[in-house]
Amino acid sequence: MQMYMQEVGALTMRWVKRLSRERFSMLFTLAQPMVFWLIFFGNLFQRTANTEVTQAPSYIAFLAAGVVVMTILNNGLAGGTDLLFDKENGFLERMMSTPISRTSVVISRFLFVMTITSGQVLVILGVAYLYGVHPVTGIGGVAVIILIGLLFGVGLTAISMALAFSVKSHGDFFSMLGFLSLPMIFLSTALVPLSAMPGWMAFFAQLNPMTWAIDAVRPLILTGWAAALPKIGIVVIVMVVFDSVCLYGAARAFRRTLG
Amino acid sequence: MSSPFAIEVERLSKTYEGKVTAVEDVSFQVAAGEVFGLLGPNGAGKTTTLRVLITVLRPTGGVARVLGLDVVERATEVRQAIGYVPQERAIDRFLTGREHLQLLASLYHIPKDQAPARIEAVLKLVNLEHKADEVARNYSGGMKRKLDIACGLIPDPKVLFMDEPTLGLDVESRLKIWEHIRQLKARGITILITTNYLDEADQLCDRIAIIDGGRVKAIGSPNELKSGLGGDIVTLTLAAGDLDKVEGLAQAVKGQAGVKAVSTKQHVLDIRVASPEAALPAILSAVTARGCRLEFVDYHRPRLDDVFLAHTGRRIKDE
Repeated sequence: MQMYMQEVGALTMRWVKRLSRERFSMLFTLAQPMVFWLIFFGNLFQRTANTEVTQAPSYIAFLAAGVVVMTILNNGLAGGTDLLFDKENGFLERMMSTPISRTSVVISRFLFVMTITSGQVLVILGVAYLYGVHPVTGIGGVAVIILIGLLFGVGLTAISMALAFSVKSHGDFFSMLGFLSLPMIFLSTALVPLSAMPGWMAFFAQLNPMTWAIDAVRPLILTGWAAALPKIGIVVIVMVVFDSVCLYGAARAFRRTLG
Repeated sequence: MSSPFAIEVERLSKTYEGKVTAVEDVSFQVAAGEVFGLLGPNGAGKTTTLRVLITVLRPTGGVARVLGLDVVERATEVRQAIGYVPQERAIDRFLTGREHLQLLASLYHIPKDQAPARIEAVLKLVNLEHKADEVARNYSGGMKRKLDIACGLIPDPKVLFMDEPTLGLDVESRLKIWEHIRQLKARGITILITTNYLDEADQLCDRIAIIDGGRVKAIGSPNELKSGLGGDIVTLTLAAGDLDKVEGLAQAVKGQAGVKAVSTKQHVLDIRVASPEAALPAILSAVTARGCRLEFVDYHRPRLDDVFLAHTGRRIKDE
């Protein structure tokens, strides 16, 4: 156990060190686009969005939950990227030739991605706060939002890592991510509520786990615990199923690459 | 446990996804303290063999043992005892050299209080102390290779595996890396390298296995393999107009004293001679007697590329 802590700790610290030396690319590729969604998209549609339809005091208030979950989505889907490079330059093989547990590398990546995601969710909520979006459920609600983010993030990161281990080239990896990311956003309740969608889009949105995450996060920000609790109950079930499917699917790729 | 061999490979084979056979029926042994080379062109199966030995690839047939430990059954113990220097520059360009070694020390579970001394020792061994705290993106190719080797030495391995240790390096860096490998051998480490450089196999390795098409074609020390070819080589190239005289000349040369074998290819005669002093004058008088015009004469002791050619039917650089 002590050995396991030592190796996972060292591997996680490696991700942290990399990040600290890549601050700019990190800022530009991960945090910023999401903040832009909130600021630009939110303000652009502030006047056109019908508050009767969104059932929110402002469009930015409505959008906040969507952007929080989009952040989780993008972080999760990009979570395997560093492992992709490790696989390509042989670093992964070097690590796997050492006497570490076969799970350590993957676990270190989960720990790191989850930590970063939580931090970014706080940034988004902070920016929303500046626009007057104050989560009505307070600190407790923010904590629950982060927990929902972790639940959703595990499955997404698992998909991303499995993809990183399976693709033939990193071009494939990034085009598949790009292919997944936008439909996931548009076919969810991130930008508009289900009631405002064309029927066929609403149908797909209801199959999207992202919708369930947003539907739990949104009342935590806008309405209150009474409205949120049933949604939280549902999202926990949805995410347990989602994560199980993702981890089960990813396990094969993990075993093939990590032994 | 008390095997005299550091590495034993018996009838190893590896087939990918039931289709491509990368390695077939490969067997060899490496004695403790040896530098052993797997020599072959790209795609010959060297790296596949090595990846099985470092436990990251499961064989589909046969057995491999390192220090008497089966690489599949007792993988963790094998990993603890070996060092690995990959073919790619497996370097994280955002980390410093020292940070690489600190990471590796943790992955080998070296206690925190012992790690710094170990890291210092390894840095010193590869002469990288002065650059240890610079991020690896600023390293030259040779320095990256040194860091690679330093990483492989962190576990204080009894057996070190190096995949193409000097691939893509300039001449000066190559010689330095060879020097390091010789130092490691002097410290009693068993070293297995893969290489497609003939001079590297020749000068660095105690013994080599020539691998081509996933199979071992020959095993021995470079000198054994060369003398196994049966003597020195005289190559006569006749003028283009004398193509019709080649066979006659070959017959005439065959009977001469000191000549062991003759083979022809277009207007070239390849003559194996046991004693050049006796054979050379006889060969040349046969040439004169038959009125052949020589375009080119070459005499050399067998080189490793002759060995490679003899066992695989092609030169290592023909691809």
